[in-house]
Amino acid sequence: MKLIPDLIKKITDNEIWKSVFRHGYTDTPRNRALQIISNIWLHLHPAKVREHGTKIRFTWCMGGMTFFIFLFETITGILLMFYYVPDVNRAYADIVDLMYVVPFGRFLRNSHRWGAHAMVITVSVHMFRVFLTGSYKPPRQFNWVVGVILLVLTFLLSFTGYLLPWDQLGYWAITVGTNMARATPFLGHEGPFSYILGMKPDNDVRFALLGGTSIDAPALLRAYVWHCIAIPVIASALMMVHFWRVRKDGGISGPL
Amino acid sequence: MEVRLEKKGIIEFKDDKVFTWPTLVAKEFLAAIFVTVGLLFYSYFVDAPLRELSNPGQAENPAKAPWYFLGLQEALVYFDPWYAGVVLPSIIILGLILIPYLDNNPKGNGYYTFRERKFAVTTFVFGYIFWYVLIYIGTALRGPFWAFFWPWEKWTHDFPTPPPLHDLPLPLGIVLMGGFYFAGLTLPALVKRDFFMKLGVIRYSLTMGLLLTMIGTVIKMVFRLAFNVKYIIATPWINI
Repeated sequence: MKLIPDLIKKITDNEIWKSVFRHGYTDTPRNRALQIISNIWLHLHPAKVREHGTKIRFTWCMGGMTFFIFLFETITGILLMFYYVPDVNRAYADIVDLMYVVPFGRFLRNSHRWGAHAMVITVSVHMFRVFLTGSYKPPRQFNWVVGVILLVLTFLLSFTGYLLPWDQLGYWAITVGTNMARATPFLGHEGPFSYILGMKPDNDVRFALLGGTSIDAPALLRAYVWHCIAIPVIASALMMVHFWRVRKDGGISGPL
Repeated sequence: MEVRLEKKGIIEFKDDKVFTWPTLVAKEFLAAIFVTVGLLFYSYFVDAPLRELSNPGQAENPAKAPWYFLGLQEALVYFDPWYAGVVLPSIIILGLILIPYLDNNPKGNGYYTFRERKFAVTTFVFGYIFWYVLIYIGTALRGPFWAFFWPWEKWTHDFPTPPPLHDLPLPLGIVLMGGFYFAGLTLPALVKRDFFMKLGVIRYSLTMGLLLTMIGTVIKMVFRLAFNVKYIIATPWINI
């Protein structure tokens, strides 16, 4: 029986196949290295890593999981955008439709929601591990700073998504959250020393966040745009910096 | 590079390089699969919360922020919103950002150790746990009107009226607060001269300023719970 090897040879040993896959899969050191460096996605990694960086006991894999959940949220989020319109007259009904009418809509919304919670947990556990291994020490100080900003962005991503169902839970959670902005020193109309800058309900920092003096249509649209476009774009840009610097500064949890 | 594991004493062992494919990538794929399966499994059985259509005329009671902000909302019990909701989180973020520039201890770079960085690890772990304790209280133990309920108690609207609160006299408040920061900044510098010299004036002041603010936040909470103190410093312009 030489049928299968012959067939494999026929499929792989031609110009088309080789134009797509640049190297064979025979287990050689050369192929193992090529597998990483000739792949756009995997070449974020170096071809070789220090052994301790591959131990889950050591790294907890929490940063990687956070990134993976971010991708998961992006995909489920795009799918949700097909069914959801950020209009105060429609938003709630769209979510109810997702829960009861849209095929797999409930599953989609549930996984997006729980994924968001999971991401907040994994990102804070990641920070905890990075602290415990002292991985913010030179030369990696600035990457810790980028990480802290990404942590805040994760909170904000989740927070802006909270309002979108336009139900009592989200509405009053955002009320509590944005009422804090009212008390900002100097910049919120109920905050200390706000009279110096002449802050009123219709020109303070809360007004800027909500696009109005109460949570209404402009606030819903702002939450939607921040949630679906602005924050993901900013977070993606910072993630590129974050991962790049992990690599440049000596790889997973290892100093130079 | 050597990785030192503390429980085995300071043993240095060789950290060989291994191929990323498949050693690391396989684990990453496995982790991704576990996360996906876990999320989908959970999502199949547990529905995401959805309450009635939003109604600005009917406030939720208790109205709670998302759980990860409930530590701050819980701090609202003890502080005015300008501190609990704006200044405290800003200090936390700023403090986190400053960590790598304040901690100039060269040891413990890239491996687990408590012995070589007792101060840093203790401070961080304390703050981390404190944050989650507040979140737990805010999430699980706060019922209608933000009243406190133990886990075994039923949430009711019929709870005893909390005792009246009072402010400390202004001079006493200023002395207490000023004394706290003054003693907190000078005493460690005198007692632990070595610690002070290693950090230098600027790093030392920032580190201790942040640490004292964290401890002070806890102390204010204790003052409130034990002595019914509303404000340490009460002025017409700002209250702490």
